[in-house]
Amino acid sequence: MTALPEPFASWLGRRGWNLRAHQTELLELGRAGKSALLVAPTGAGKTLAGFLPSLVDLAADPRAGLHTVYVSPLKALAIDVHRNVEKPIAEMDLQIRAESRTGDTPASKRARQRKSPPHILMTTPESLALLLSYPDARDFFAKLRVVIVDEIHALAGTKRGDLLSLGLARLADIAPQARRVGLSATVAEPPSLARFLASGLDATPAIVMGAAGAKPQVTILVPEARIPWAGHTAVHALPEVYLALKAARAAIVFVNTRAQAEICFRELWKLNDDNLAIGLHHGSLAPEQRRKIEAAMAAGKLRAVVATSSLDLGIDWGDVDLVVQIGAPKGAARLLQRIGRANHRLDDPSRAILVPGNRFEMLECRAALVALDAHEIDAAPQPPGALDVLAQHLLGASCSEAFDETAMYEQVRRAAPYAALDRETFDRTLGFVADGGYALAAYERYKRLKRDETGKWIVATPLAQRQYRLNVGTIVETPMLNVAFRRGKRLGKVEENFVLGLEPGDTFGFAGQVLRYEGMRETTVEVSRAKDDQPRIPIYAGARMPFTAELAARVRGILSDPASWRDLPRDVKEWLALQRRKSEMPGREGLLVETFPRHGKWFLIAYCFAGRNAHQTLGMLLTKRMERDGLRPLGFVASDYSIAVWSTRPVDRPSELFAEDMLGDDLEEWLADSSMLRRAFRNVAVIAGLIERRHPGEEKTGRQVTFSSDLIYDVLRKHEPDHILLRATRADAATGLIDLARLAAMLRAARGKLRHRRLERVSPLAVPVLLEVGREAIYGEAIEDALADAAQAEALIADAMIDDDQDDDSQAELF
Amino acid sequence: MHARITIEETALFADPAGALFWPATKTLIVADLHLEKGSSFAAKGVPLPPYDTRATLDALQRLIRRYTPERVVCLGDSFHDKDAGKRIAPADRDHLARMMKGLDWVWVLGNHDPQIPPDLGGRVVPEIAEGKLIFRHEPAGPVLALGEIVGHFHPKACVVTKLGRVVAPCFTTDGRRMVMPAFGAYTGGLDTLDRAISGLFGRTRWRVLMTGRDNLHLFPAGRLEPIVRRAPKPGQE
Repeated sequence: MTALPEPFASWLGRRGWNLRAHQTELLELGRAGKSALLVAPTGAGKTLAGFLPSLVDLAADPRAGLHTVYVSPLKALAIDVHRNVEKPIAEMDLQIRAESRTGDTPASKRARQRKSPPHILMTTPESLALLLSYPDARDFFAKLRVVIVDEIHALAGTKRGDLLSLGLARLADIAPQARRVGLSATVAEPPSLARFLASGLDATPAIVMGAAGAKPQVTILVPEARIPWAGHTAVHALPEVYLALKAARAAIVFVNTRAQAEICFRELWKLNDDNLAIGLHHGSLAPEQRRKIEAAMAAGKLRAVVATSSLDLGIDWGDVDLVVQIGAPKGAARLLQRIGRANHRLDDPSRAILVPGNRFEMLECRAALVALDAHEIDAAPQPPGALDVLAQHLLGASCSEAFDETAMYEQVRRAAPYAALDRETFDRTLGFVADGGYALAAYERYKRLKRDETGKWIVATPLAQRQYRLNVGTIVETPMLNVAFRRGKRLGKVEENFVLGLEPGDTFGFAGQVLRYEGMRETTVEVSRAKDDQPRIPIYAGARMPFTAELAARVRGILSDPASWRDLPRDVKEWLALQRRKSEMPGREGLLVETFPRHGKWFLIAYCFAGRNAHQTLGMLLTKRMERDGLRPLGFVASDYSIAVWSTRPVDRPSELFAEDMLGDDLEEWLADSSMLRRAFRNVAVIAGLIERRHPGEEKTGRQVTFSSDLIYDVLRKHEPDHILLRATRADAATGLIDLARLAAMLRAARGKLRHRRLERVSPLAVPVLLEVGREAIYGEAIEDALADAAQAEALIADAMIDDDQDDDSQAELF
Repeated sequence: MHARITIEETALFADPAGALFWPATKTLIVADLHLEKGSSFAAKGVPLPPYDTRATLDALQRLIRRYTPERVVCLGDSFHDKDAGKRIAPADRDHLARMMKGLDWVWVLGNHDPQIPPDLGGRVVPEIAEGKLIFRHEPAGPVLALGEIVGHFHPKACVVTKLGRVVAPCFTTDGRRMVMPAFGAYTGGLDTLDRAISGLFGRTRWRVLMTGRDNLHLFPAGRLEPIVRRAPKPGQE
């Protein structure tokens, strides 16, 4: 074993620390100049393991220039890691400059960093992409030795991961000497992460497995109150949650959405007779608000913080001894991560309480516990690299220096997600970046890229360069507006749509306070403090957390094994027992379909357990087929667990309805008009730079005529259906919003195994999904029918409600 | 299928494509074509698909075949900006010229196109008054005058049907005056409940004809929902 040099050895000695095996191993790999992927649970000292080799290297040879780039998926984490790395630097009095650089870093500091880079730079994939797009990128990264990618499991398989992989491939060209260090939580497939980390390199990194930590102690909270049929906020159980918080030293209360965070935070404060210091943390709060909460938590000044996934990763708060998960965990890996936030010391068990919001969530929590016991972690899908991200990257690269297209193609293919990219697709993506890539060569004059005298591609105008820099990143948010007190502090951001729905004087709950909407000042929503027991809560579009297939299988397992119901709460047990008597259980395999009449309509419930996105797609396809069969479908609603369709006439033979061939022509036809595809197109178009992100201040809120991406989508689909962005859109939707892969797998598995139960009335298991209300906008043929139907109903009402007391005698003679 | 409507005792057809036809004078009226909006974005570095002019002209061609008008009135904002005529593709320009041939083609001026490409032909007028109707791009006063038919606002409406929410361009009218939907392929819309549009009708009751794919659908103002949804209060979810 290699001895640690001074001053590191005595520094560790003074603190009474010993290096763990994986930390030593990373140090040795570092000395040998080799790349490594460290897979270890939270609390294993991964950050130290990642940085120690760089610190040792820099202490021995404190040369100027950028030595280590650290990339984190979260700004907050980059800042926190910076703080943590400063500690040993200060304590050992090392002459090492470490700085962070994120979207929140002031422009003056960013400019200074480019002139005089620190030794160690903590940053995010987006900020790294920007650094790579400057003409001086080669100088900036010339002396780079190490790239550390933290929480790499949270990046691989996402568009941000695609962006990072392309950046890494480019870095490998600029600074081939730089080795890679990946830090990951426990994952199902380390080798695929290692390949991702190696983007651009020839050698595959060594995989270092940290020792497993102590087994977490996880319980499911069974409240006094009955467990609700629907809803996710678990307000019914918060009195018990409050007691648990009181008994804990410090706790994180995780919820699944920002709106739930606001609600949970407010409800907890209503119960807070002891005045516990409870804070709130989510991604829409102003950075300074978040930093304040993070600092208070780190200093031990908070007893609890209600948080979304904004705190899922990284940040080390040693004193947290309890994690509460409100609502279903949706996946075992995510749950494990969240639980690991408690007791960030490897050898102490983490303590966690799961608080299901409804009955199905109770089963899901149970399933997650079984999965944790079995050490089963859901495999994260690794779809091929997205073409919209590639387009963005190519524009960025052209802003930095002229590139040869063949060399660039080779470089891109060295990014793991793009390994299988074919040349034609690359060329068309490049064509899109250059001038839109349309068959109709209309935009020769307006090229964004041009060829220089050597035939290489370079950005054509300063405008395109500016657009790239404003547009960088893969997270597409609906337009947001700042919320602030008049002449006062900034609280954070809410979606513009939410604000458009407010009238001055309305109250809403945000940043843990009740606020009155006073008016708009430029792009800022001015508010004052107000009182309201039930304020509106802003809802944010953002993706729902996907329900993993592994967890779904386990929920089915519990449903089909009555012996496992024994210690479920009584109301849940009765619910399941009644289902068994009135109908049957969905079972581990096959597909249970129930049909029953209700209020003059026929309902069909299918227990597919394929997740909400796949069910949405299925719902559209089923209604299309039923329409054709003359069954007159009227609507559908989907949850993570099942789907309900209702119609005027009953479905007699569901097995024909669910035939796999529905994924053929029907799918194509529906896809063309689907709202999911439109939504996917909007994201693709923004990321690829076809439409600009709307920056606050560019358009005035309220009166403007909106120009939606739908119109572009319609025209493009009609006139150039093979356009590269439409291809990217379909690929996106297939794995995401419409989740075709999972739908197809479900239909395949159900073939020949469909069980149809004709019931006289609604079954117990069908109730939860029927309590959810469908809010999808509709498109295509359905619009015509729905409108006609609504207009007819209107005529009926008008006939019945003839009003003799008109305020105007000019009744129009329409029709 | 078009709908028969009456504005100030004048019988008109409203077409689901977003156009009006006045049978008595054989006049087809469309508003806000915004031709070359795509290329205006491209000139600013945003390469939108260049097919919007083609799509708009194709749709107009279909209407001309269906109604065989003697006169076509483009109710302003026909071109997205003053350079649109320089950018229009030769094929699209030829198409437009062929379509205009033999017709009394009237360009009513809008705020976007104070000048129509000079060699295009057609008559350029600030407004048309005929019978009890007056066609303008924008209203002359704060409320619409009787018989006034305008474009400019791109009205859209939203209704909640049992299958879900539907948002579509609409004709907004009280039977005595009207705001027409925008006809161009890249023209967005403004909620007709917005005061900018609904305020044009003073205190009279107005209604909308929402454009479906094949038909128009009538809804009174009271049946419409704001396109931007009000955030629900907790418990209403």
